[in-house]
Amino acid sequence: MNIVALVKYSRDVTEIKVDPATSELRTAGVPERVGLIDKNVVEAAVRLKEATGAGLKVIALAPATARDSFKDVLAMGVDEVVLIEDPFDGEAEAGIVVRLLEAAIRKLDPVDVVLCGFASDDGYSFQVGPRLAERLRRPLLAYARGITPEGGGLRVEQNLDDRMQTVTAPLPALVSIDEEAFPPRRTTLMDALKAKKKPVNVWGIETELGLSRADLESSARIADTRLTGVVVRRQQRVLKGQDLGAMADELIDALEQAGVLKGAA
Amino acid sequence: MERFDVIVVGAGPAGATAGRALAQAGLNVLVVERAATPGAKNVSGGLLYSRAVAEVYPEFWKHAPIERAIAAHQIVMLGEHTSTALDFRSAQAATPPFNAFSVLRAKLDPWLATQAEEAGASLISGVNVDALLVENGRVVGIQAGPDQIGADVVVVAEGTAGLLLKQAGLRGPHNPHDVSLGVKEVIALPPDVIEERFQCDAETGAAYTLVGSTGGVEGGGFIYTNKASLSVGVVVKIDSLYASGRHPHEILDAFKAHPLVQRLVRGGEVVEYSAQTVHRGGFHLATQLVGDGYVVAGSAARLLVNNVLTLRGMDFAITSAVEAAQAILQARFAGSYTAATLGNYVERLKATSIYQDWRTFKDAYGLMENPRLFSLYPDLAGEVLERLLTADTKPGSKALGALSEALKGKASWLTLSQDMLQIARGMVL
Ligand SMILES: Cc1cc2nc3c(=O)[nH]c(=O)nc-3n(C[C@H](O)[C@H](O)[C@H](O)COP(=O)(O)OP(=O)(O)OC[C@H]3O[C@@H](n4cnc5c(N)ncnc54)[C@H](O)[C@@H]3O)c2cc1C
Repeated sequence: MNIVALVKYSRDVTEIKVDPATSELRTAGVPERVGLIDKNVVEAAVRLKEATGAGLKVIALAPATARDSFKDVLAMGVDEVVLIEDPFDGEAEAGIVVRLLEAAIRKLDPVDVVLCGFASDDGYSFQVGPRLAERLRRPLLAYARGITPEGGGLRVEQNLDDRMQTVTAPLPALVSIDEEAFPPRRTTLMDALKAKKKPVNVWGIETELGLSRADLESSARIADTRLTGVVVRRQQRVLKGQDLGAMADELIDALEQAGVLKGAA
Repeated sequence: MERFDVIVVGAGPAGATAGRALAQAGLNVLVVERAATPGAKNVSGGLLYSRAVAEVYPEFWKHAPIERAIAAHQIVMLGEHTSTALDFRSAQAATPPFNAFSVLRAKLDPWLATQAEEAGASLISGVNVDALLVENGRVVGIQAGPDQIGADVVVVAEGTAGLLLKQAGLRGPHNPHDVSLGVKEVIALPPDVIEERFQCDAETGAAYTLVGSTGGVEGGGFIYTNKASLSVGVVVKIDSLYASGRHPHEILDAFKAHPLVQRLVRGGEVVEYSAQTVHRGGFHLATQLVGDGYVVAGSAARLLVNNVLTLRGMDFAITSAVEAAQAILQARFAGSYTAATLGNYVERLKATSIYQDWRTFKDAYGLMENPRLFSLYPDLAGEVLERLLTADTKPGSKALGALSEALKGKASWLTLSQDMLQIARGMVL
């Protein structure tokens, strides 16, 4: 069995600042790294690898200079990273990203399971999983919180917000990982030492994937023009009670007033 | 058990340099750093004194991520509403071999680590070394999580805290009296604003050492110009800080609120805040540098020259790492790594100029214990000058008279002369 995990190399969203005057996001100079959500994707993939003895590769769209950023991912148990050199500097719309990923997965065929995040750390468009499943003509098992190999296929527990649904599907399939499911393992020194010997292969979109940049660009239908933050105001109140009991009462009152709590005695 | 010839703990200036030197000599070296990337959590005010460093990294200013060549030094005493300064500028410091550069550790440390990797050392970041493995009093390797890795020698370059040595029983605890806390902000400002405010050009910059305005807590402040930011911070004695009951950031805020400092930092955006302990660097606190199977380099060995005017830890770390590496190579040649064979490190270190400077300024340590240096004298200097420079409507007096009036009720002439002697001992004679 072969597994491919899709990992987004994205902006460190904790480092993005909002311009106080215009609410525009200041993205210039924000460091990039493997997304947090994507570490969970890798964890899910490594667990499936351990359960099945499968081979496991990661595909990432990133600048070639990001080569060294995949040490952690390799240390977690991935065999090899395929880095698609991103000609669009992380700005490509989902339709293009999906075409690039599709081409890379087909080149790695046979791939039995493709794993990805429910969304990416920075873009958060929720589109890549469903659109890629469609292009690859695979069943999509979305929002997975549990993945078990079963009868030559997979059994997946899906978090559908108000209910959990357990589904099975034959392979090949595409699984998207639910938010915060599969918290990544801590890697050890020996893991990191072994990872040093594992390859990160850089693929060009024209040379290795046989795609043309011009053709991809002309397929883009949506252009980003402005990115602003939505302002959420938080109330801040300092509890002034003398002791813990008084503070607890005060807190309950405040929550009741705000309509967060109902019917507290 | 997996083995390396040498394991280096920590990839600060000391660890990275030791790793590079040993790998260059063909040894199989592992450098382990707990931060996800080297330097991510390391704090320095940020002046890298260049002469000793250039002996190890020739003409590093051409390749390393430095900010500005420091060609202007301001030594300032901050009174409550006054500032009294000595302004030194040198064209020579703006040309090779320079004197000092402002640096940002988040950039410098990764560069140093890369030099070690390019020399062939294996660098693993994001892994904490939990313990030194000790067998019969001899260090034989490290423990990191579930993994034990062996080595002929371990280079302990873990920085000030020195937890590993303490935990292995190879060193006693710190006396809080001997440790300071540094708190620092990086404040972003456009380069042209910096160049105008600090009267420098695109390549050069200024360093301010400031005494006073630290709320009476013994310590001092600094402002260094980077390319597009300022490093602004205070370093205060931990026991005095604790006794004052104040939070470190309050001291920094009060310092930043002084009119002089305020003018220099105004309009800037704080982009980074960090705090770290720094050993106060007294020569009399020198610790054991070698033992069976290990050597200690950099600030883990409390190597720091601090004479009020300059704080030299990074270059000392680099120098010590090179001498430690040389001693390891000699011990390797002898085929034994005991305290005795590694002891050559101590001799080599003692022969370096920075070690000798450390000894030369050994009396500066006592000077920095004198609370009047940080609270009384900055105000006094301001007051005397104020009296001399103010054309008042009441009759004034000459300098000594002005000093005598300013001193009234604050300190006696005897105290003043004793303090002057102490300052002279620490820095002049
Ligand atoms: C506020 C402040 C201002 C300063 N200003 C200056 C200045 O202007 N100029 C100057 O020359 N010096 C300055 N210093 C001193 C200077 O920062 C130190 O002397 C210097 O960093 C020492 O280098 P080092 O390599 O020995 O230790 P460090 O730079 O502290 O590096 C130690 C490394 O070891 C790692 N480590 C620690 N424990 C472990 C572990 N268990 N496992 C794995 N890794 C570990 C740490 O993460 C760190 O990267 C200043 C210090 C402070 C705090």
